[in-house]
Amino acid sequence: MKRRDFLQLSGMGLGAAMLPNIPVIGRNVSPEALLNGGVDVAVKKRLADAALNAAKAKGASYTDVRIGRYLNQFVVTREDKVQNIVNTESYGVGVRVIADGCWGFAAVVDAKSEADTAKAAEEAVAIAKANAKLLKNPVVLAPQKGYGEVSWKAPISRNAFEVPIQEKVDLLLGVNDAAMKNGANYVNSFLFMVNEQKYFASSDGSYIDQDVHRIWPVFNVTCIDPKSGKFETRQSLSAPMGMGYEYLSKNPSDKISGITTRYNKGYDMLEDVIAASHQTKEKLSAKSVEAGKYDLVLDPSHLWLTIHESVGHPLELDRVLGYEANFAGTSFATLDKWQSKNFNYGSKEVTLFADKLQEGSLGAVGWDDEGVKTKRWDLVKDGTLVNYQAIRDQVHILGETESHGCCYADNWTNVQFQRMPNVSLAPGNAPLSVDEMIKNVEKGIYIIGDGSFSIDQQRYNFQFGGQLFYEIKEGKIAGMLKDVAYQSNTQEFWNSCTKICDEKDFRLGGSFFDGKGQPQQVSAVSHGSSTARFNGVNVINTARKI
Amino acid sequence: MNVILNEAEAKALCQKILSYSRADECEINISGEYRGNIRYARNEVSTSGALTNKNIVVSSAYGKKVGVATIDEFDDASLEKVVRRSEELAKLAPENPEYMGVLEPQSYLKTKAYFESTANINPAKRAEKVAQSLNLCQNEKVVAAGFLNDQHGYSALMNSKGLFAYFPASNVNFSLTVRTEDGKGSGYVAKGYSDFDKLDTVKATKIALQKAKASVDAKAIEPGKYTVILEPTAASVLLENIFFGMDARSADEGRSFFSKPGGKTKLGEKIVDERVTFYSDPTNPELPSSPFAGDGEAVGKMKWIEKGVVKNLTYSRFWAKEKGVKSVPNPTNMIMEGGTTSLEEMIKSTKKGILVTKLWYIRPVDPQTLLLTGLTRDGTFYIENGKIKHPIKNLRFNESPIIMLNNLETLGIPERVVSTESDQNYLIPPMKIREFTFSSLSDAV
Repeated sequence: MKRRDFLQLSGMGLGAAMLPNIPVIGRNVSPEALLNGGVDVAVKKRLADAALNAAKAKGASYTDVRIGRYLNQFVVTREDKVQNIVNTESYGVGVRVIADGCWGFAAVVDAKSEADTAKAAEEAVAIAKANAKLLKNPVVLAPQKGYGEVSWKAPISRNAFEVPIQEKVDLLLGVNDAAMKNGANYVNSFLFMVNEQKYFASSDGSYIDQDVHRIWPVFNVTCIDPKSGKFETRQSLSAPMGMGYEYLSKNPSDKISGITTRYNKGYDMLEDVIAASHQTKEKLSAKSVEAGKYDLVLDPSHLWLTIHESVGHPLELDRVLGYEANFAGTSFATLDKWQSKNFNYGSKEVTLFADKLQEGSLGAVGWDDEGVKTKRWDLVKDGTLVNYQAIRDQVHILGETESHGCCYADNWTNVQFQRMPNVSLAPGNAPLSVDEMIKNVEKGIYIIGDGSFSIDQQRYNFQFGGQLFYEIKEGKIAGMLKDVAYQSNTQEFWNSCTKICDEKDFRLGGSFFDGKGQPQQVSAVSHGSSTARFNGVNVINTARKI
Repeated sequence: MNVILNEAEAKALCQKILSYSRADECEINISGEYRGNIRYARNEVSTSGALTNKNIVVSSAYGKKVGVATIDEFDDASLEKVVRRSEELAKLAPENPEYMGVLEPQSYLKTKAYFESTANINPAKRAEKVAQSLNLCQNEKVVAAGFLNDQHGYSALMNSKGLFAYFPASNVNFSLTVRTEDGKGSGYVAKGYSDFDKLDTVKATKIALQKAKASVDAKAIEPGKYTVILEPTAASVLLENIFFGMDARSADEGRSFFSKPGGKTKLGEKIVDERVTFYSDPTNPELPSSPFAGDGEAVGKMKWIEKGVVKNLTYSRFWAKEKGVKSVPNPTNMIMEGGTTSLEEMIKSTKKGILVTKLWYIRPVDPQTLLLTGLTRDGTFYIENGKIKHPIKNLRFNESPIIMLNNLETLGIPERVVSTESDQNYLIPPMKIREFTFSSLSDAV
């Protein structure tokens, strides 16, 4: 996940957990302006064709043009105040070319004329040619047929940008009020909404118009013990979703009852904040964990992040090959392990799949950002490593002739590259509920919600915290714990997976701000799972005295 | 119109926009920039790019009701339209009880942060600097992955009380990871400058090369408490978590490391070793930064921790008014005072210890104690009897920078570093710390 984004969000000197100052990503606009249609498709085609022709005339062998309008709306509140309402719009054009066998890219803000886009195309070709002398192996692109003029829209039922600001403010202030009435000392709540209006055109003959929506309602409750000066927090158990405002509708069938209510594709923010306020107070006097080995029962609201870090990232082919060595790192899951066809990534229970089609997920689109139709494929099958995530200039390395369709750029300003598709843990085949799973655990910890996270640059050693920790003793929940983090090694961890609940428990979690690349780009990605059990994991106590 | 305006052009444009204002208060922000980058891996160029960007933001206020609007067209009719739109939005906005109004004119420190050398970079110059690094790596039969990123531009601000601020800046960051062909050794370097002429990619590449070769065949050691020598790149990613947590409001509210029981804060208290002094100074020639904050408030030279004592926390204008104190804007750079000991002397004086050249994936574990976790990366070495004995496998740590600065042994000479976590540049010395806590081993190279 991209920490520096949070730093930009919060400004130097402010805690990342409380983000009163939201950055201006793009330009500030009025909420009404976000509802304008933007540039007409016919105009976009003309602008794109100008760039395609200009690049070809300068000697490009391949060109793609992304005309993007990126809308963000952030509503930021604390206690009884609206701190900030930010509406931003960013519009521009990014042109990517291959010339002399080398990639080149140039982007220009507010390109409204054919001359603007043609100039960007020419600059991209100039960069490609300047850099070609530093290239040993020309780019090899997997063939891709053109799709002509096509479009895709996220299947949302309520466009969050059409919901009046007042309704959003009322929701958040209501949430804050409930938190304060139920014992919170402080509460911050936010609504993040994103709409990507992306137009892609390539020299392969595709003209693809897409409309992508995302939403993330989130809060953070703080309780303070005035005597000791200690404080505890609990974040919302919501997930960022590839949905419209319908994610905030209260639907009983989307609620999973248990020690605390968890949510599927409908999030009851008010109910969750009341639970959070009580739980944060309870945390203040919870038992500090005794370090040692425990069987972990991990809720999907927690497990998504472990999947993201220990499966999603190491199976990105660009990392495996060394393209990310200078920043995000490389990978332990090297090609020889894949070629052996018997690399034991996890236990036989473990099947992990990539999927750009999951409805309501952050990664769902019709085509990726290089015009490839999206799909689903296995990464780890019954415990064995079987594939990676690859795009057009990489799949030939895997002996494949078709891209996996997981190329993405976070904005028109940046060049597209391989980004993680949704990566999920397949649910168990045999019927199994969370209660049944807990019943068989002798000494364990049930973890709900994601917390602190860190993993090495080849994705072996990791440490994860959480939001809620419950001790399990002889099949029963024995009370709340705090100061919990677990440390493990990817292969060891996934091989300790002994049980996975069935598909009825399958839910998505996700990251709104996953960071990768230089210059760094963010991406939003979902990870689904059912609750899963991992035996004998090393738990540490994180309390310190200063 | 040019994308990057000089001071007179920026002032004239701001004045023109402001002349349309009818609101109680109005603030204009304009900016323009060029960015360029080249990225390489596996000893060849991979992706690269260029970006042209510009922005006009108009903020109008009626009482405590504020509206913001932007536009990208520069003709007079459009400029008037954007002002009207911000005014209409302000009339519809809810009152912001924390809105403090626009500032009176300020006087700013003079700082030179814009260099023609950086502004004049073109694709060929960028490729040439990278070629020098690549050739060296190819000759040495190692695998290079690097990134050269430059930007230059300006930001300007004018408000209806007559405040005008203009700040041009340029920056270039170069970073490189060198790995041995067998993947058993890895070394890193990052350099940040305002002036492109100062960037020597050959000299920088040699640092990463040396670390890559020296880190081959690392041995495992038991995790535990060790004396460590942190190179500035490693120290910066821990220390910046102190810098990011200096908000007085959070401290007053009881939810920060700087809080004390009973609603008090640690202002005025000694929290770390007395040799520790952090300050910010926009005029520092090695690390020039903006002399004003986002709303135009002057940013001066400021001590944050002096001789181990917390001297200042940041106060927003609203919070300062609530508390009856002077506002303290966020710093725009950060400098840690050092000592005179060289890195070599620190190693020489160490009986048993670990040299940490870089840290990775730093995340807060407990905000109450500023406990952080993360791992060593790209060259970690065991020191015995004053000498580097052998490379060691990477280790995960769980440590607080506050505890660490209480266990300070020695400070070296500060140098400009680029944080590998936040991309912020700082002046930070190398430092020797006793009893630094490592909690587990990693197989990562």
